[in-house]
Amino acid sequence: MKLTGSEIFIECLKKEGVKTIFALPGGVVLKIFDMLHQQKDVQVILTRHEQGAGHMAEGYAKATGKAGVCLVTSGPGMTNVITALADAYMDSVPLVCFSGQVPTSLIGNDAFQEADNVGLSRPCTKYNFLVKDVNDLAATIKEAFYIATTGRPGPVLVDIPKDVSMAKAEFVYPNSVSIRGYNPTYDGNKWQIKQAAEAIMKAKKPILYVGGGVVFSGAAQELLELAEMTQIPVDMTLMGLGAFPGEHPLSLGMMGMHGTYQANMAVHYSDLVIAVGARFDDRVTGKVSEFCPYAKIIHIDIDPTSIRKNINVDIPIVGDCKAVLRELNQILRATVNGEQKTLRKPWWDQIREWQTAHPLTYQQDADGPIKPQEVVKRLYELTKDRDPIVATDVGQHQMWAAQYFKLAKPNRWLTSGGLGTMGFGFPAAMGAQAAFPGRLVLCIAGDGSVQMNMQEMATAVVSKLPVKIIILNNRFHGMVRQWQDLFYEGRYASSYLDTTPDFVKLAEAYGAVGLRAKKVADLDAVLKEAIAVNGPVIVDVPTHPYENCYPMIPAGGCNHEMILEDPPELKKKMAGTPQVTPEDKDTILTA
Amino acid sequence: MEHIISVTVENKFGVLSRVAGLFSGRGFNIESLSVAPTLDPSMSQMTIVTSGDERIVEQIVKQLNKLIDIIKVVDLSENEFVSRETALIKVHTRMEDRAEALRIVDIFRANIIDSTPGTYTIEVTGDPKKIEAIINLLQPLGIKELTRTGRVAVAREPIRTAAAQPKKIARE
Repeated sequence: MKLTGSEIFIECLKKEGVKTIFALPGGVVLKIFDMLHQQKDVQVILTRHEQGAGHMAEGYAKATGKAGVCLVTSGPGMTNVITALADAYMDSVPLVCFSGQVPTSLIGNDAFQEADNVGLSRPCTKYNFLVKDVNDLAATIKEAFYIATTGRPGPVLVDIPKDVSMAKAEFVYPNSVSIRGYNPTYDGNKWQIKQAAEAIMKAKKPILYVGGGVVFSGAAQELLELAEMTQIPVDMTLMGLGAFPGEHPLSLGMMGMHGTYQANMAVHYSDLVIAVGARFDDRVTGKVSEFCPYAKIIHIDIDPTSIRKNINVDIPIVGDCKAVLRELNQILRATVNGEQKTLRKPWWDQIREWQTAHPLTYQQDADGPIKPQEVVKRLYELTKDRDPIVATDVGQHQMWAAQYFKLAKPNRWLTSGGLGTMGFGFPAAMGAQAAFPGRLVLCIAGDGSVQMNMQEMATAVVSKLPVKIIILNNRFHGMVRQWQDLFYEGRYASSYLDTTPDFVKLAEAYGAVGLRAKKVADLDAVLKEAIAVNGPVIVDVPTHPYENCYPMIPAGGCNHEMILEDPPELKKKMAGTPQVTPEDKDTILTA
Repeated sequence: MEHIISVTVENKFGVLSRVAGLFSGRGFNIESLSVAPTLDPSMSQMTIVTSGDERIVEQIVKQLNKLIDIIKVVDLSENEFVSRETALIKVHTRMEDRAEALRIVDIFRANIIDSTPGTYTIEVTGDPKKIEAIINLLQPLGIKELTRTGRVAVAREPIRTAAAQPKKIARE
């Protein structure tokens, strides 16, 4: 029996096991929406903006490990979703985005709502397709899911012209895919793995540097075994958080620009860096020429281009983290002799020394303004037993969440690392909530970034996605202000946001619940109240406007040269209950 | 250092822009790029002339390999190869210059493929140095138009002595 392109689209989603898609209609995708309306297998979550749809699909993918799916219309629908595609590409998130396109006969004619979708998305997708013939549609969708989820995962775009969605063809879904130019390597080179094992046995001061690749390849168990067996300390990148239990004694926490003192010192002074599923981003390496100057480097990554891109590597291993770690563990199991603890003692003594010298710290006065770190810490203490999923936006609050919210398991951490997309957190949290309706999903946000996708509150209320947003409200683009304090002599150009909007009233306007914690003493009660609500909640927490995030490695700085606290001239601002002075507000705004 | 990279790609629309986009997006150089179908109509052959230090060229090769439409990437500069380029040069020829133009064509084993009372169109093939040389010699006559193909290249077959030659295996 022949089916229309729209029916084939739905049949393909069913074959791929897709239960939920995030979508927003428009002229050229109406036929597809019409068919979606007449079936029950695929749930459609109607978003208020295409960027929201893209980030929701990302959140869904990060929490489940499966491909997230979104559907947008041509022209502005496509341009709106580009940010989410670029975000997914940088962070290797498996995503399949379907876009509508004007009928094939009109392509290139500057038709209404026409855009070159394939051309626009080329630099920010792993691959993209324009389907010109309905007979190719099913095979193309199969390939799209295959490419998005295999190898180093990433976003794939399928552009479907209106006439293709209406034309009829026989539905045949291929069982397998073979693409001659695409054969990801999963098993690492055995000889290289043996070299790595030997280097590990010889090393006196080794360190594991783990990234998001461990999360996506599902290698957390293998990593735990490796670390425990060899007693090697574990540094996590921002994307790697959750790959290793945050409370584990071998965990040194996050490394990089705002990483912990011990994590950055350990990587700098180590003699062997074992990088697993991480890509030596500039926010981690700092000054490349002085990154771990005393160390040999083992680099395990499924993407050959990641290896030797920024840093010279001694033992490169191209392969899937899970497969390579399994093989490595097997070799080590035979060689490790139970003396690892004594062998590593001097190294661990040194690390403990660093740990006690400069732990993460902040000062919370009982009657002073609420410190943002305190909010994250309280939230963590109150919710850790419920194994929550935590999303963040981008900025100071993100770094504090990364420092103080210690995740026990992978796929609980939704954050935008590579692209640093403000406005990512809330829709991503909603995507995860759609995948796991019964779970507790938190979104730690800043007052600046949360406003970038605030419109999705309507989606959360209507589609019953009970995400809890906790806004660390310092009335500033906090990270921008911090850089202005440290590197621009305190001139706050366009970083002050004032106290608008009233987030409690805003939540209420959308039909959600709005709460506010005004004093430290109220924090626990308010957070508990929020968690107990069966629906989306905004908790507005006015925090200290001048609190800065430390440690900090200045961009291009060296990993062992961290700024650990405010310089003296900034400390003045911290005293008492500071009000933002008129001089600190943007001169253009106040003129 | 200059590198010549031979790339076998899917013969699909959009592949050229994927390759060009990769080079521009990552700040790699392209000195020349030529592309044409192969014996197998589903594939095309590209020859890319690029330059960069060892690490950059390694990245170029890896990034090209990562493109899904690319089937095979060979950095020819790692071994012996031969490369050629063709130029079509239209020169002004006054009566008294025509003999000189013919002499130059003869020296470079080039061909005249079109001729009018005032012009010769010359076809010359060779390595880039040879093309530069003929251009230099023709310039005093007055070059009206010049178009070059960019280089194509192929790896040289290793020369085997009779003893080292593998036994011929009969094809089934």
